[in-house]
Amino acid sequence: MVEFTLPKNSKITQGKTWPQPAKSGGLATDVTEFRIYRWNPDDGQNPRIDTYYIDRDDCGPMVLDALIWIKNNVDPTLTFRRSCREGVCGSCAMNIDGTNTLACTKAMDDAKEPVKVYPLPHQPVVKDLVPDLKNFYAQYASIEPWLQTVTATPEKEWKQSYEDRAKLDGMYECILCACCSTSCPSYWWNSDRYLGPAALLQANRWVKDSRDEATGARLDNLEDPFRLYRCHTIMNCSKACPKGLNPAKEIAELKKAMVDRQV
Amino acid sequence: MAELEAGTTAAARRPRPLSPHLQVYKFMLSYVMSGFHRISGFVLYFGVLLIAWWLIAAASGPNAYANFEWFMGSLIGRLVLLGYTWALLHHLLGGIRHLIWDVGRGFEPTEREFLALATIVGSISLTLIVWVVGYLAMGGPR
Repeated sequence: MVEFTLPKNSKITQGKTWPQPAKSGGLATDVTEFRIYRWNPDDGQNPRIDTYYIDRDDCGPMVLDALIWIKNNVDPTLTFRRSCREGVCGSCAMNIDGTNTLACTKAMDDAKEPVKVYPLPHQPVVKDLVPDLKNFYAQYASIEPWLQTVTATPEKEWKQSYEDRAKLDGMYECILCACCSTSCPSYWWNSDRYLGPAALLQANRWVKDSRDEATGARLDNLEDPFRLYRCHTIMNCSKACPKGLNPAKEIAELKKAMVDRQV
Repeated sequence: MAELEAGTTAAARRPRPLSPHLQVYKFMLSYVMSGFHRISGFVLYFGVLLIAWWLIAAASGPNAYANFEWFMGSLIGRLVLLGYTWALLHHLLGGIRHLIWDVGRGFEPTEREFLALATIVGSISLTLIVWVVGYLAMGGPR
């Protein structure tokens, strides 16, 4: 359902301003200001925006460095997901400076100050910057992301030519961070029925795989006014992808495959 | 889900808030053009009513047609017509843009930005051209 405003329990309030970092002989001089979304499931309060100041002489260059610095030096209750710190795991996906991206690959200097940090948009919040992505993962599972074949299993591996393997470039690199899906207005309004860019890019990855023999069934599963065709080529997905992939283009490829098999 | 539920205490858990979306997302021409495409498409429904009025008035006789002419000649009528011209041209250009995307082209970063910008610049310029040409054909504003 299209709902432009936030529900009552989700309205954001003014939070607290944490003290400026101190240094021997006064306050730190090179400081970056952060405004971060906070929500605690245990205190009965609405979400709020807290203000933090990072001592840049004591902190790495990325937004994730800043979050870790806050957790270590200012406020240990700040909650976020992170793991690889190099754009491979997709855990630290969040809304930074107005667009979805990975905190670990986004440089603080590339964001407007104060740096605004929110959880991925239009998701239920578990705590602070941690969204509940259950629906997102269920949608990924629904496209059956594994090789499906009917012919007898070969003695060794399923072979693929270099050319056929190259068809998966631009799709196999997806790390399922959910930046694209949660940037999509169509996904915001219809995530109960629309699969969203990430799951559709992954669907195309299997449709385009020369070894896969379930192409017809895969396309049948997507032939639906919502699952695939709620994509209105808004392009937020392609602009958000921190891996530089192009989900909008892959969805267009799927739509083309739907037509191609009918002519 | 079940294990999550079991992990919580007996006290009812507070419903999770929805993270902000439109409120915090950065302004980008690409998605705004998508919105304008919808709005202009919606406006066209009312434009068709204008055309229907025009045809019915023309078929009904001089009095009905004079009413139509009086309204469309008024300032409000002209503004409505200006808006309809823009909506029609904007939706037309947006349709062409979507056609290009539907055949799988125009997805690269510079291409998609160009198409978004071309739609709005094109629709505004074409609207102005149509009105200037229209007024010239009438021999100036009346």
